[in-house]
Amino acid sequence: MNINGAQMVCEAIIAEGVTTVFGYPGGAIMNVYDEIYKQNGFEHILNRHEQASVHAADGYARATGEVGVAMVTSGPGFTNAVTGLATAYMDSIPMVVISGQVPLSLIGTDGFQEIDAVGISRPCTKHNYLVRDISDLPRILKEAFHIARTGRPGPVLVDVPKDITAEFGEFIYPKSVNIPSYKPTYKGNTRQIDKAVDAILKAKKPLLYIGGGVVLSNASDLVRKLAEMSQIPAVETLMARGVMGASNPLLQGMLGMHGNYSSNMAMSETDLVISLGARFDDRVTGKLSEFAKYADVIHVDIDPANIGKLVDVDYPIVGDVKVVLEKFIEGLEGRVDPERYTDWLEVLERYDNLHPQSYVDSDEVIKPQWAIERLGQLVGEQAIITSDVGQHQMWAAQHYPFDRPRQWINSGGLGTMGFGFPAALGAKKAFPDKTVINITGDGSILMNVQELVTASEYKIPVINVILNNHFLGMVRQWQTFFYEERYSATDLTFQPNYKALAEACHGIGYDVTTKAEFDDAIKDAIKKDKVAFINVQVARFENVLPMVPAAGALYNMMLPTKETK
Amino acid sequence: MADVRRVISVLVENESSVLSRISGLFAGRGYNIETLTVAPVPESNLSHITIATKGSLRVLEQITKQLHKLVPVYKVIEHNKMVEKEMVLVKFPIEQNLADIQVLCGAYNGGIVNVGESMIIGMVADEPCRVKHFIQATKRYNPIEVVRGGVVAIER
Repeated sequence: MNINGAQMVCEAIIAEGVTTVFGYPGGAIMNVYDEIYKQNGFEHILNRHEQASVHAADGYARATGEVGVAMVTSGPGFTNAVTGLATAYMDSIPMVVISGQVPLSLIGTDGFQEIDAVGISRPCTKHNYLVRDISDLPRILKEAFHIARTGRPGPVLVDVPKDITAEFGEFIYPKSVNIPSYKPTYKGNTRQIDKAVDAILKAKKPLLYIGGGVVLSNASDLVRKLAEMSQIPAVETLMARGVMGASNPLLQGMLGMHGNYSSNMAMSETDLVISLGARFDDRVTGKLSEFAKYADVIHVDIDPANIGKLVDVDYPIVGDVKVVLEKFIEGLEGRVDPERYTDWLEVLERYDNLHPQSYVDSDEVIKPQWAIERLGQLVGEQAIITSDVGQHQMWAAQHYPFDRPRQWINSGGLGTMGFGFPAALGAKKAFPDKTVINITGDGSILMNVQELVTASEYKIPVINVILNNHFLGMVRQWQTFFYEERYSATDLTFQPNYKALAEACHGIGYDVTTKAEFDDAIKDAIKKDKVAFINVQVARFENVLPMVPAAGALYNMMLPTKETK
Repeated sequence: MADVRRVISVLVENESSVLSRISGLFAGRGYNIETLTVAPVPESNLSHITIATKGSLRVLEQITKQLHKLVPVYKVIEHNKMVEKEMVLVKFPIEQNLADIQVLCGAYNGGIVNVGESMIIGMVADEPCRVKHFIQATKRYNPIEVVRGGVVAIER
């Protein structure tokens, strides 16, 4: 088939089974948009900012596990996309971003809308390409999708000069990929696995430390099975919420800076950390020298560079967590005694009873934690929850009853404010029948607020629950604790009328100040097929607790002062 | 952990941006580069990059693993059993004793490679620490310019 480069891009997207592409046109990518106009293999969603396009593709990828695709033009189109690339990179999300570039002859001349996209995106992509010859394009497109979804997933950028998209060439989309220098390891080393199994059998206080890799690898069922058969307790990272299921008695909760008491104490007292697709992030470990001080460490990760990066590992296993878990289960079957850890579970239960995840509720004002809990009661398992970054994100992670993986979509590694709304659009496009709710703050929501227009135009009815405390709450919390209450640049008392803002963009708005209004607004918004802003006035000075101050030991938590709930 | 010097050999696909991927990795992650040399491997589409670096054992392990993660990196060789050589060119004023310089270069497996109207150029190729000694020894002949070539290494 002799077609031009622009058609090749479209054909590749269709061949990869992608049904929705998020993007924004511009000069250098116009040839591709011309072909998008002519084809009907996929739908194109015009976001109102390139950053939102990339986050939407990211949300689509997180919700489905498939590769998300975004398309942007050169120069500012691309630089706007960089935050999206970095967000996906930090959380290992499979994504392909196609960017236009000035024609080959103009590269290096500071041409109009020229920027070195490959140079800028190198540290925030898994891999990237500048296409220099039309004959390379089919192979590069195939490789881009392959690299994005295999091994440790990640975003891949393909930068296509305008003349390449106009040029004709022979197109046969390759069936397979052969990159001699890229061969991810899926199967864990058998000897190491056997040793790890023995260590599990010998341990008295083992702990499953579950990370986002379990979600990426679709290994949640196996983790649950392993925990169930062995009765080993588990803690989840922010990225792994939903893996064990909120009601699972073996799940202690989330660990780390805003982890609950029993999770952080479990990690501090365990004698064997079984790390599954987690990467010992500083927000998880706190002070490294005090982290899991009494434990040997089994570390299962598909990326060898994660192993031994921060914590010394006794049983390193490079491989896909799903494949390794199958081996673990095989090795433990009939050998592990589920009674063995009863004492250990009792200790953890006592910790949880001592300091449960709690807050002091109020009748005068809506507590943000209450709003999250109530949301969980109202929509629960059937909703997909996205979030932005800040206090609301932590409250959501702490209090929402996540029951399944991919139900919880947030920017964990990079911590990108403005992620939640466009990511919700991506998730809703992937699962139109599910209720998709973005839990956000009055700070974050403004960072991609233009997506109200996108959501209205394409009838993508996602619900934004704005926990409005008129502050950049998380920074304000740090200022309270560590900066003697000097609230520098965090007071958001001056703000738009969110209800009117939503309505100005053809959505629907709600102002909520009481619990009854909250219920009514959520129920009404679900019924109405419109993008919604639910502006919830919440307690202004509420803090996210427990909290481990940065670089403090996990067992030194600031706890809520009064537990009444 | 104390810093250790290490020479790392990297075989990479010979494509245009590969050097920036590697130097960018070192810069971005705060790794140290002492020297770096690149040349194509004959009759292949690979290039050989030799990097002399310093760091704690944990950092050196990370360097190897992070290099390996780069898609165009084919092979990373990092161990102690390397034969290392470095080349250096030194320019001396013509007034200096030619015979002395000849002998000095000879003692370090080199010689005089060029003599012009106003200068003499000596060349030495030897182990990196011997090159250092050689440069030290040239001081008394008032060298005008010293150009080191960076370490190249091959597995024993």
